[in-house]
Amino acid sequence: MFDFEFVKPSSIVEAARLLGGEGAQALSGGQTLMPTMKQRLAAPSVLVSLTGIAEMKGLSVAAGTLTVGAATPHAVVAAEAARVFPALAALAGGIGDPAVRNRGTIGGSIANNDPSACYPAAVLASGATVVTSKRRIAADDFFQGMFSTALEEGEFVTSVAFPIPEKAAYVKFNQPASRFALTGVFVAKFAGGVRVAVTGASNNGVFRWAEAEAALAKSFTADALQGLGVDDSDMITDLHGTAAYRANLVKVLTGRAVSAAG
Amino acid sequence: MTQVSMTVNGKPVSGEVEGRTLLVQFLREGLGLTGTHVGCDTSQCGACVVHVDGKPVKSCTVFAQDVAGSSVKTIEGMANADGSLGTLQQAFQDHHGLQCGFCTPGMVMSSAALLADNPNPTEAEVRHHLEGNICRCTGYHNIVKAVLTASGQPVAAE
Ligand SMILES: Cc1cc2nc3c(=O)[nH]c(=O)nc-3n(C[C@H](O)[C@H](O)[C@H](O)COP(=O)(O)OP(=O)(O)OC[C@H]3O[C@@H](n4cnc5c(N)ncnc54)[C@H](O)[C@@H]3O)c2cc1C
Ligand code: FES
Ligand code: FES
Repeated sequence: MFDFEFVKPSSIVEAARLLGGEGAQALSGGQTLMPTMKQRLAAPSVLVSLTGIAEMKGLSVAAGTLTVGAATPHAVVAAEAARVFPALAALAGGIGDPAVRNRGTIGGSIANNDPSACYPAAVLASGATVVTSKRRIAADDFFQGMFSTALEEGEFVTSVAFPIPEKAAYVKFNQPASRFALTGVFVAKFAGGVRVAVTGASNNGVFRWAEAEAALAKSFTADALQGLGVDDSDMITDLHGTAAYRANLVKVLTGRAVSAAG
Repeated sequence: MTQVSMTVNGKPVSGEVEGRTLLVQFLREGLGLTGTHVGCDTSQCGACVVHVDGKPVKSCTVFAQDVAGSSVKTIEGMANADGSLGTLQQAFQDHHGLQCGFCTPGMVMSSAALLADNPNPTEAEVRHHLEGNICRCTGYHNIVKAVLTASGQPVAAE
C-alpha cells in the first residue's frame, strides 16, 4: 500500500472541506477500501476517516422514517433497528461476519455500490433518500450501475432516510465463500404499493423488478409471481452461477421474501 | 510519521506510525505482540481478530491511527493473571481445538467476544459467529466443542 496522510475530522463541515482537496478520499469502515488500497487499485494521497463524526453515527426515528447515519456500523443497525425495521436489521446482521459488521458501514456500502452488496437492495426497495454533504438524492436516482452512483467529486453520504414499510423482508442466497449475495431480493410493502429490489444478479447492479411490483400490488402473495419471467440477458454469469440460474433465483427469492414478510 | 497512543491489554502504549500502518503492524512490529497473526491480509481469514473497545475486528483491516485512543485487547491479554491459560484457552487445549495454531488467536478472540455477548450460545450460534474465522486444520468441530465447554455447557464425549 502506498502511504498517505491520515486525517480524522469531527464534523461534516470539516470533512467536506478536507474531501474537497486534491487526492482526498473518504474512509469509513475500510472493509472494502483497505483491501483495494493493498492491491494498489486505490492510492489516495489523503484519507479522510469519517468514523470520528458523531453526527454521522446512530439511528433515529421520526414520522415513519428511520434515519441511519452513514458511518453507522452494520452491527449497530442489526441491534438497534430490530424493533422498528426488522427486515433492515436482519439484512445488516447477515452481512459478512461479526468482525466485518463491527467496522463496515451503510455509507461505505452504498457509495461503493458493489453489484452483490446487500444494503443497495434495502435502500432501493424502501424508496429511501440518500442524504449527502450537498443534497438529498432519491434511491431511484442514486444507484447508476455497477460500482457507480450519483455522488460527485468530493461529495459524501451523511445519512440514509428510510420510509418504514408496513411489511418487508430481505432474502439472500449466500455466495458461500464471501457471504455476499449470489442473488438477494428485498421486498417492501407500503400503503401506496410494493417495491422489489434485486442485488447480485444484474451486470448493471441493483435494480427494481417492475412486473413483480405490479403483480404484488394486486395480491401480496408468492403465488402472484407465478407466470412472471425474468429476462436474463443482462444477468451476471460467473464461476458461481449462470445468468439463467440467477434469473431463476430472482423469482424464487422474491417469492420467499414475500412469504417471509407475511 | 505520527505519534499514536492507545491502551493495549490494559497498559497505555504509544509509538510512531505512518498513515498506512495497520493496527496489526502496530501490535506486532511496534509493540512486539506477535500473538496476533496475519493469515491472509485480505480481510477474509480472521487470524488477526482483536478487540477494539470490546468488539472483535480484523486488525489487518483497521488503520492504527483510526483507533488511536481506543482500548485494544489481544491474545496476549487472555491468560489469567498468574500466566496460566484462561478458561477459553484451556478449553481449546482440552478439546484439541487447534492443530498448527495459526488461526487460534483469532478464534479465541472471536469466541471470547461471542461469550461476552451471549454467555450460553447454541452450537448453531457458535458456528454462525465463527463464519469469519477460517481454520485449515481442525475441521471446526473441536473448536465448537471448546467454545461450548468454556461457556459451561455440557459437551458430549467422543
Ligand atoms: C469478508 C467480508 C465479507 C463481506 N460480506 C458482505 C456481505 O455479505 N454483504 C455486503 O453487502 N457487504 C459485504 N462486505 C462488504 C462490507 O459490507 C463493507 O463494509 C462495505 O461494502 C463497505 O463499507 P465500509 O464502511 O467498510 O467502506 P470503506 O471500505 O471505508 O469505503 C468503501 C468505498 O466507499 C467510499 N466511502 C466510504 N464512506 C463513504 C461515504 N459516507 N460517502 C461517500 N463515499 C464513501 C470510500 O471512499 C470507498 O471508495 C464484506 C466485506 C468483507 C471484508
Ligand atoms: S489476516 Fe486479517 S483477516 Fe486474514
Ligand atoms: S489450527 Fe491450523 S489453521 Fe486452525
